Amino acid sequence: MFLDLFYELRDQGVPVAMNEWMTFLEGLGKGLHGSSLQRFYNLARATLVKSETYFDHFDRAFLKVFEGVEGALDIASELDEWLNDPKAFEGLTDEQRAMWEHLASDELLQQLMERMAEQDERHDGGGKWVGTGGFSPFGHGGEHPTGIRVGGKSRNRSAMKVAEERRYKDYRTDETLDVRQTRVALRRLRQLTRTGTATELDLEESIDETCRQGGEIELVFRPEKRNDVRLLLLMDVGGTMDPFYEPVSNLLTALHAERGLRDFQAWYFHNCPYEMLGKDARLLRKDAIPTGDLLRKLNSNWKVIFVGDAAMHPAELMESMGNIDPRKMSETRGIDWLHKIDDHFHRVAWLNPEMPELWDDFETVRAIKKIFPMFHLSTDGIEQAVKSLIGGKSLH
Amino acid sequence: MTDPNEFLQFEGTDGYIASSSLIDAVNAAIALQRPLLIKGEPGTGKTLLAEHVAESLGHPLEKWHIKSTSKAQEGLYVYDTVQRLNDARFGDGNVSEIRSYIKLGAMGRAFNADKPHVLLIDEIDKADLEFPNDLLRELDEMRFTVMETGDEVVAKIRPLVIITSNNERELPDAFLRRCVFHFIDFPDRDLMQQIVAVHHPHLETKLLDQVLVKFFWLREQNQLRKKPSTSELIDWISVLLRSGMTADDIEQHIPFLGALLKNEQDTEALDEYSERGGQYPSEWADLGPRYNN
Repeated sequence: MFLDLFYELRDQGVPVAMNEWMTFLEGLGKGLHGSSLQRFYNLARATLVKSETYFDHFDRAFLKVFEGVEGALDIASELDEWLNDPKAFEGLTDEQRAMWEHLASDELLQQLMERMAEQDERHDGGGKWVGTGGFSPFGHGGEHPTGIRVGGKSRNRSAMKVAEERRYKDYRTDETLDVRQTRVALRRLRQLTRTGTATELDLEESIDETCRQGGEIELVFRPEKRNDVRLLLLMDVGGTMDPFYEPVSNLLTALHAERGLRDFQAWYFHNCPYEMLGKDARLLRKDAIPTGDLLRKLNSNWKVIFVGDAAMHPAELMESMGNIDPRKMSETRGIDWLHKIDDHFHRVAWLNPEMPELWDDFETVRAIKKIFPMFHLSTDGIEQAVKSLIGGKSLH
Repeated sequence: MTDPNEFLQFEGTDGYIASSSLIDAVNAAIALQRPLLIKGEPGTGKTLLAEHVAESLGHPLEKWHIKSTSKAQEGLYVYDTVQRLNDARFGDGNVSEIRSYIKLGAMGRAFNADKPHVLLIDEIDKADLEFPNDLLRELDEMRFTVMETGDEVVAKIRPLVIITSNNERELPDAFLRRCVFHFIDFPDRDLMQQIVAVHHPHLETKLLDQVLVKFFWLREQNQLRKKPSTSELIDWISVLLRSGMTADDIEQHIPFLGALLKNEQDTEALDEYSERGGQYPSEWADLGPRYNN
């Protein structure tokens, strides 16, 4: 019944790992649950769930597993039963058992990788190699309770990770994009320079100077290191961009929270930038500024990130008066505006939320890709884009 | 102690009303020797909890208030180079003894103490993104090395670490995995009555009802940018009492609105509401079913 809770939590999407589960068991071992279901619930939630956003998932899982259990749950005996399950610990010495208890799930994976690399022949039984029927945590059909199964049918139900089920797909950085990951990727968007008032004590220079003065203390100050990057964000909104609301809004949240940038501006357009850019996603005429003015105001050292799917009717990009919004005049072709932007700024990158496999299906994507380096709006893609913005101008 | 599972228990104090799940979480953190991570709306008493846990356990409290410029290092120790240079210049102090210029931070002091401490790391989300990761090893092993002297500071007795976060940013997974977590729910009607009673024990029931009805009604107004929280309610009641207001005075008005709403737009929105002839509720029945069962 205990393990059911663990699996049910994972099924519900709560990111519980083995070391949290062990913490929970340790708490049970210390009798923290007392004898009431409520305290058991409190203990489980405090040790297994690390964000209030998962409380609901936790409740659902808890209900499902313990439905029908009323009042005092005989946890002690349940726990004993599980811990003493002969199958779970068959062939393990005390030492191995202790080691197992300290294995965290990420470490398990890492060790698997290492041992796979070490292994050069098939192996059955034994305690170290990946193989079948052994009690090392790796391999399939083994007795190790937290083992990673490498294919095949599990004999022991507590084999906790099954690679085939892609339980780790949430960790795939090319697929998901949460705010924190985005922020970590954006952190590379840094060029540190020392400008401004000297406030930081330069210890080495102070000691040198003091020596030069024959022991007269001379404190030397220098300006603190600051990020010199100014970032201009140009975003496509509406229409085909609507399905990408979530990754785009995560990117925006991350950018707004990034206090390290020296300067940051965001402007909006629909499909392609023309004469005017909107101040917010509503693209109101009264809040718009001429694109030309923006180019005059911002010097060429600003880094530019476009966010858009670059998918539109070819006429919107290639023809004069191509703006899809009939109220807005746009004599200059969209593609010419893009060239102007490219000419003005040293570094521009385009982030496309659409899957890269589909990019070449669109004529306009192919055309825009020739002007700007284009990257997928994923953690990996953002990292590459940041590299291209900071490093030497890439060839494309 | 004969029973290895025996440990000091926290049971709430006279000055702090804690829910059962909070008490269980605190005790789990004590017994499992894990840091306790407390989240919740501002003003729900996260920081206060540490003080009362320390009081209840009879341990001294070390506080480390985190700012946006805080570095993990500062909590461990600071090496005062300028003082040392100065002393060298004027021949004061024992310049050759580098140890006299190493000053332990809050965490360093809690580790170094001879008796158990409670260590509060307040508003950890204010600091740099990597800040929590920089403390992982120190929190796990409860030890660190002073680079300048090679001395190792090892906690003789593991302090109880309480960490608060306002959710301004997400914390790293590796850090979260090591913590016991508790989210302080906003108090419901009954709990709020108990909390108010702790701070204003002689408040008459009729006034209390009026106050709470207005307060919970305000919190239901979704257009408010910053909803009033417990600490604002307590302040508001103090102001009402000091100005001699009675239950009748606040039946149709919300005087001293400034004590509850800290945002100018929110105050204006409410003024507009009453100018348009909007009514304030005066009975629990005027509020939703959440408050009436």
